[in-house]
Amino acid sequence: MSILAEYGTLLLVLACLFGVFMAWGVGANDVANAMGTSVGSKALTIKQAIFIAMIFEFLGAYLAGGEVTSTIRKGIIDPALLEGQPELLVYGMISALLAAATWLLVASIWGWPVSTTHSIVGAIVGFAAVGISVDAVSWGKVGSIAASWVVSPILAGSISFALFKSVQSLILNTATPFANGKKYIPVYMFGVGFLIAMVTILKGLKHVFKDSGIKLSFWEATGYSIIVGLIIAIVGVVLLSRIREEDYSTEQNRFGGVEKIFAILMIFTACAMAFAHGSNDVANAVGPLAAVYSVISTGVVGAKAMMPSWILLLGGLGIVIGLATYGFKVIATVGKKITELTPSRGFAAELGAAGTVVLASGTGLPVSTTHTLVGAILGVGLARGIGALNLRVIGTIFLSWIITLPVGATLSILFFFIFKTALS
Amino acid sequence: MAINNPLSSLFGKSPIKPMQDHMTVACGAASELVGFFAAVIADDWDTAADIQQQIAAQENQADDLKKNLRLHLPKSLFLPVPRSDLLEILSMQDAIANTARDIAGIMLGRKMAIPAAVQPLMVEFVQSAVDASAQALKAINELDELLEAGFAGREITIVEQLIEELDACEHRADKVEIDIRAALFAVEDDLPPVKVMFLYRVIESIGDLSNCAQKVGSRLQLLLAR
Repeated sequence: MSILAEYGTLLLVLACLFGVFMAWGVGANDVANAMGTSVGSKALTIKQAIFIAMIFEFLGAYLAGGEVTSTIRKGIIDPALLEGQPELLVYGMISALLAAATWLLVASIWGWPVSTTHSIVGAIVGFAAVGISVDAVSWGKVGSIAASWVVSPILAGSISFALFKSVQSLILNTATPFANGKKYIPVYMFGVGFLIAMVTILKGLKHVFKDSGIKLSFWEATGYSIIVGLIIAIVGVVLLSRIREEDYSTEQNRFGGVEKIFAILMIFTACAMAFAHGSNDVANAVGPLAAVYSVISTGVVGAKAMMPSWILLLGGLGIVIGLATYGFKVIATVGKKITELTPSRGFAAELGAAGTVVLASGTGLPVSTTHTLVGAILGVGLARGIGALNLRVIGTIFLSWIITLPVGATLSILFFFIFKTALS
Repeated sequence: MAINNPLSSLFGKSPIKPMQDHMTVACGAASELVGFFAAVIADDWDTAADIQQQIAAQENQADDLKKNLRLHLPKSLFLPVPRSDLLEILSMQDAIANTARDIAGIMLGRKMAIPAAVQPLMVEFVQSAVDASAQALKAINELDELLEAGFAGREITIVEQLIEELDACEHRADKVEIDIRAALFAVEDDLPPVKVMFLYRVIESIGDLSNCAQKVGSRLQLLLAR
């Protein structure tokens, strides 16, 4: 207790710094994966992509980032064992942040594809299991997180597969693909709006509603989500009505006009993707920070105190700054390399991934957006939608899991003992 | 910071466009044969030599495209169609260019004259073989549309239509081949035997040209059937 009273402010400032740095890293590197598909399929220019990413990453982080943040904050570690020594949790969480940030920096310099989510989860499990006690880790929860890393790409792949198959039978393989596109694409737009609104109202806005005393039943939430979906679909119909097939389809390229209307749809799925990414990945940066704050402000571990919204705000800001300072370059590079993805496929992949990630965010599971998106793209590939996919990437991803978890854990154990010795 | 991001390395280069490029060049080589035979019949060996050069150049270009395409189709690539089918279509396409080069090469090398009695049939025969390869190109040019539609539905009907027309082209060429062989047989006793032998060989090669074109179509059909 005395340590926390003495160094509390310093530790909180440290946690804030590392947290913002992590958020910066998420904005600088990870956002590119969420937005690259839209840029690659030429549905958005880089400027538009950055603009959408800034707004929707922030909204996702602020409005729907609470559940995953609380998992990182108090779901992985069992607070019962830390009852008497709350400072250990503070050291640990700061070490975890520092470890994940260091590892991500090293990996980026070497060009290894590692996941922010896996780094931070590995780091937290590491310090808790070794620094405190093996029993301090809620292995059940960690197990379900690890399972979600396998399930989320598969789920996203299945959704994208189904979406692309439906696009084939409703639009592409019909006598009048353009007219059918105009008819059915608003339905997909409705789906995007409904999904995002539903998860946000049911899960994300909990803290906002609780503060202002609003209580919504499941059916009320459904009603509001339907309204949001309808508004988005109407906006979409207006945008679609401006597209004329003659301007884009030629004898050589009969599907030019259809792709153009899918590009409009992709603006919406890109928003959803940025929102989903923000809602899930902000937790990697601010989850540990939230844990540090709650211990320092209350002096006990596992207090039921609500997480203050400034923490999510800080994470959202960090992501936006990362995007503005460095992320735009990465988006351009990634976008340039994935030009084989046309809007009709890009939309299926993005919506599959965004849907999965938003669901994970709602359930409080930290998943890797990039891996989910890779799964979604493979789903479209299985529906015979993409010219060529390099399956070696799956191997690289597995390798990065195998390396990231122990390295993140080892680094955080190291930092944990350094903090512990230095401060006590 | 170096960027080696799983998303951007996920996408391989699609083989569809290079396949079409290769077929365009191969058919280009074959279509030169029309002008080549016109020059031969006119006894204009300078023009014939020029055209033969162009055919050889296009055949070389087709070879380069073929090698490049093969190198970029490693087994780890996940394609919407079986890789082996694509490679077989590629070989057939390449055979079109090779056959065109062989025909022009042997005729120029031996300064082969075409007897007046078979000249009109020869022109028709060459034209029908070139038509068949142009029709095969048309079918191959639908590959990108097929990919867009996910190798299903209406696009398949369109391609099947094109392949049927290709088969009709090949049958027409077969009929002309029978006629030209008959016409040559009728006059062969009046010609030097070695020259006649080589004429039969050229006729056979022109027949091969339309066969190759037809095979491109039938492999394409196999690819769609799966």
